[in-house]
Amino acid sequence: MSKRIDVKDLNVYYGDFLAVEDVTINIEAKSVTAFIGPSGCGKSTFLRTLNRMHEVIPGARVEGDVMLDGDNLYGPGVDPVTVRSQIGMVFQRPNPFPTMSIRDNVLAGVKLNNKKISKGEADVLVERSLKGANLWNEVKDRLEKPGSGLSGGQQQRLCIARAIAVEPQVILMDEPCSALDPISTLAIEDLINELKDQYTVVIVTHNMQQAARVSDRTAFFNIAGTGKPGKLIEVDDTHTIFSNPTQKATEDYVSGRFG
Amino acid sequence: MTSTLTPVRSKRSALTKGQLPKYAPYAVLAAALVVGAAILALVGFNAFGWGLVSALLFAIGLVSWSAAVEGSRKAKDKLATCLVVGSFLIALLPLISVIWTVLVNGIPGLIAPGFLSTSMNGVTGVYDNRAAEEGAPVIGGIYHALLGTIQITLLATVISVPVGLLTAIYLVEYGNDGRLARAITFFVDVMTGIPSIVAGLFAAAFFFAVVGPGTKTGAVAAVALSVLMIPVVVRSSEEMLKIVPNELREAAYALGVRKWRTIVKVVIPTAISGIASGVTLAIARVIGETAPILVTAGFATSINSNVFSGWMASLPTFIYTQILNPTSPANPDPSSQRAWGAALVLIILVMLLNLGARLIARIFAPKTGR
Repeated sequence: MSKRIDVKDLNVYYGDFLAVEDVTINIEAKSVTAFIGPSGCGKSTFLRTLNRMHEVIPGARVEGDVMLDGDNLYGPGVDPVTVRSQIGMVFQRPNPFPTMSIRDNVLAGVKLNNKKISKGEADVLVERSLKGANLWNEVKDRLEKPGSGLSGGQQQRLCIARAIAVEPQVILMDEPCSALDPISTLAIEDLINELKDQYTVVIVTHNMQQAARVSDRTAFFNIAGTGKPGKLIEVDDTHTIFSNPTQKATEDYVSGRFG
Repeated sequence: MTSTLTPVRSKRSALTKGQLPKYAPYAVLAAALVVGAAILALVGFNAFGWGLVSALLFAIGLVSWSAAVEGSRKAKDKLATCLVVGSFLIALLPLISVIWTVLVNGIPGLIAPGFLSTSMNGVTGVYDNRAAEEGAPVIGGIYHALLGTIQITLLATVISVPVGLLTAIYLVEYGNDGRLARAITFFVDVMTGIPSIVAGLFAAAFFFAVVGPGTKTGAVAAVALSVLMIPVVVRSSEEMLKIVPNELREAAYALGVRKWRTIVKVVIPTAISGIASGVTLAIARVIGETAPILVTAGFATSINSNVFSGWMASLPTFIYTQILNPTSPANPDPSSQRAWGAALVLIILVMLLNLGARLIARIFAPKTGR
């Protein structure tokens, strides 16, 4: 239940502005890949192109190929909705649906698409997803309460449960811990470690220790200056990136000598 | 106005030196009222002048005392406070005055037997003359007008809400601020400013052309009212849809939910409380329209429960005709009593709608309990 992603010569534009230039990267199945780099270097922009969320923004477009197990996401006739149902996403700020209960939030992917599901199946799915997100024990007695009443860390895990309930092949996480305290961060990092047994996980983070802790491979993005496009500088095993990178820029960044 | 919270009363704190005593505003107010009454007594007393002169004296007195004791910064603060409170009172004055007048004049009409349950059918000047000259009870009521108002407004709502809401959805979700979206926004703004009589004439002319000359029914009035209502509904729904966080849309898209389903199941439920109260306020806005109903539904004295045929009464036109053409020209008092009673009912209706809007907003608001 996981697929690999191969990106080839991808350019990402906002209107005429080239935001990310010429990215080629292979993301292995059942592994955690971290994107690190300074703010504004295009990590999140690039991440959003991996499930076609990028084009939700007016004027945004891409050139190049993103292959999900060999199928081009940007091929002619590909429905972005199909892509997104296979490649889930967790956002920087927890965003549970405020009108729905915890249970309905988990079932959102099923219910919003009007798929028929029996109550028994729904119960099983809710329990499995919440257990998968390490949230079951905390919320099992209040599944009918609104999701917005949970703490920030719980909300973020609820969003992860919501994402895995649709059984995607890949989960993208856009700085999932940046709005959370260290304990919730630890809970989510543990969860990422468990998720990679079943899913391909791609995570954007500003926290280099986090990248070192959770990821198998790390990609370093950088930007030459304001108005210039972001570029993928180097991608390698996390251990190599942090101990023995080939590029000077990577070494400067991971050791704190930048700017 | 400063609060000194020093526990020791005997010694004044150095920190609170140079402040007006707490009773200062009340003392100035009392002095202003007395002096104001004295000045007014010279030129002839009246309550309105007394209030105005006292208010001016109060502002001048408090600000200059404060300037003398506390310095210019505090004096400016007091001046601003006086201006703000004064504007608030001025704004409130007409409202209180209207409510008071309508209550005083409307209650006798409202409590007259059969006022809410009978129409004006068969009520002639003879009865009104008898009521005015012999003290017989005033008969006749507003049942037909109330029924007409409710039917016309309901139909107008049924027309306006789908059109307005769908327009707002187009503008927010699909328009992308393109040429068409900007044109719609512009014309909606223009529509907001259409005089209501023009909306009435439009509906009348439209139905004359389509159905036939002289078509005056409740439905024509409802069309006229929806011309007035649609821009209000579009505007309020648009604002409500805009404040739905984009994150929620993206969360739904990321789950592989189609755009229209996202709108129907995530965006609208999140904004529904604001939309519902906006619609209710739009109803309150048009329920009191007189001119467009007069030229589209005419006025009737008997009950008409079919909105698609025949002339139809409504509360505003009822008030208008009762005042302008009293049932008995010799004794207009019973007619004007009925008119005031109808005005009171209309105000109560609008108030109920506003309360309803708040209730709806509360019921539909996203729940935040734990």
